[in-house]
Amino acid sequence: MVEGRKTPFYEKHLAQGGKMVNYSGWLLPVQFPQGLVEEVVNTRKKVSLFDVSHMGEISVRGREAESYLQKMVTNDLSRLKNNAVMYSPVCYPDGGVVDDILVYRITNDNFLLVVNAANADKDFDWFLENLSGDVGLDNLSPDYAQLALQGPESEKVLQSLTSETVADIGTYHFKSNLDLAGAKCLVSRTGYTGEDGFEVYCSNEDASKIWDAIWEAGQKYSLSAAGLGARDVLRLEASMPLYGHELSSDLNPLMAGLDRFVALEKAVSFNGQEALKRQKQEGLTRKLFGLEMVDRGVPREGYSVGDEDRELGWISSGSYSPTLDKFIAMAFLDHKAVQLNDQVKVSIRSRSYGARIIRMPFYRRDY
Amino acid sequence: MNYKVIDGLKYTKKHEWVRLEESGAVVGLCDYAQDKLGEIVFVELPDEGAQLEAGKSAAVIESVKAVADLYSPLTGKVTGVNEELLDQPELINSDPYGEGWVFKMDFNDENELIGLMDKEEYEKFIVEEEEK
Repeated sequence: MVEGRKTPFYEKHLAQGGKMVNYSGWLLPVQFPQGLVEEVVNTRKKVSLFDVSHMGEISVRGREAESYLQKMVTNDLSRLKNNAVMYSPVCYPDGGVVDDILVYRITNDNFLLVVNAANADKDFDWFLENLSGDVGLDNLSPDYAQLALQGPESEKVLQSLTSETVADIGTYHFKSNLDLAGAKCLVSRTGYTGEDGFEVYCSNEDASKIWDAIWEAGQKYSLSAAGLGARDVLRLEASMPLYGHELSSDLNPLMAGLDRFVALEKAVSFNGQEALKRQKQEGLTRKLFGLEMVDRGVPREGYSVGDEDRELGWISSGSYSPTLDKFIAMAFLDHKAVQLNDQVKVSIRSRSYGARIIRMPFYRRDY
Repeated sequence: MNYKVIDGLKYTKKHEWVRLEESGAVVGLCDYAQDKLGEIVFVELPDEGAQLEAGKSAAVIESVKAVADLYSPLTGKVTGVNEELLDQPELINSDPYGEGWVFKMDFNDENELIGLMDKEEYEKFIVEEEEK
């Protein structure tokens, strides 16, 4: 038996035949009987429901909440309006990454941070350690259940559950008190799949009711449940970074190509600013590139990449892509030695397989 | 969960099956293992003529999420490989005991067969595996 913390949707996953695994301490479905490939296809073509309750939530409130957060994140929160969401890395002073997070601005002095499950405790400690000014921190992770409704039909499913309009929630915006099936939820137009979609935050008490309501409303639109396996493939196809792969305390956000989320010229100084500025000036040794296999083989994390006589770097994430029907990977490569369309070699079980450097994202939605 | 187990085949603890034919043995991956792996997307086959040793890796089977070795159940030489798997690795998912066979081999030591399980023994074995 696999053990771990149960989300409020645990019984729903069992009822759907989910294969449960322990992910960052949580019991979550890695896939359902229809299979990971079908889950990916259904997300791209219709709509899927993911349990993402393992994600952590931290409330940051107070008169100086914004100036405090500006010191903590690399992106510029002065550009973040109320009811909007901003993606940002959080760095150590040396430019290494603590985590990559979403910042929700509810009001001028009330923010919600959504952090990776694996980092939730570490993040809370880091934010606490750096706390200054008139700011209160609360770890709300135990109180929140979270669902991701992802796919081109997601708006229709969500709209059928509320009398309020959801079409006017713009990308990376949210409504903090949306009535969904009789429960108050925070609903944002965000996701980790590259599709249009929403993330729904609700209390643990309302969780089961909301799952049932979404499930029922979704049947008309071919809604199905999807697991962590599909989520990982979807984010890779959309070339979104995953902490522990493309980001870590040893890797900085510029290497991962996240320049537009790092406001180097931000007026307020932030953790990692000086180190990242210096790195940018001096030039990075390695940067993240997209690869597609030319020879048939599965590129996986940790495999080394080279050319005829040189080591160029390593693969950080790789998989079969059902959407493209190709084997794809993200890799940190010596960027002075390679460019787009170059042929490289991936070492798989001490044999060499040809691959080509291609543009990311591998997949971009066309609606 | 009900996994398919076929009468008349021999089974290993690593979930390979062996079918004895006049010309030697046919080897593949059991239903239980293909289900655990999920959708298979790549198979690395042994070279024809390669010398295999019982218990050592003979082929590699990869699903979207995982890499698994297929171990040779017997010691002997590869006499044929299922090249259909190069283009359709998913045959192991859809028909693990039939079109999804992996390779054929000859073998010298009949005694190696004694260590393998029959249908009833293997069925008991996978029930125990599930309870772990």
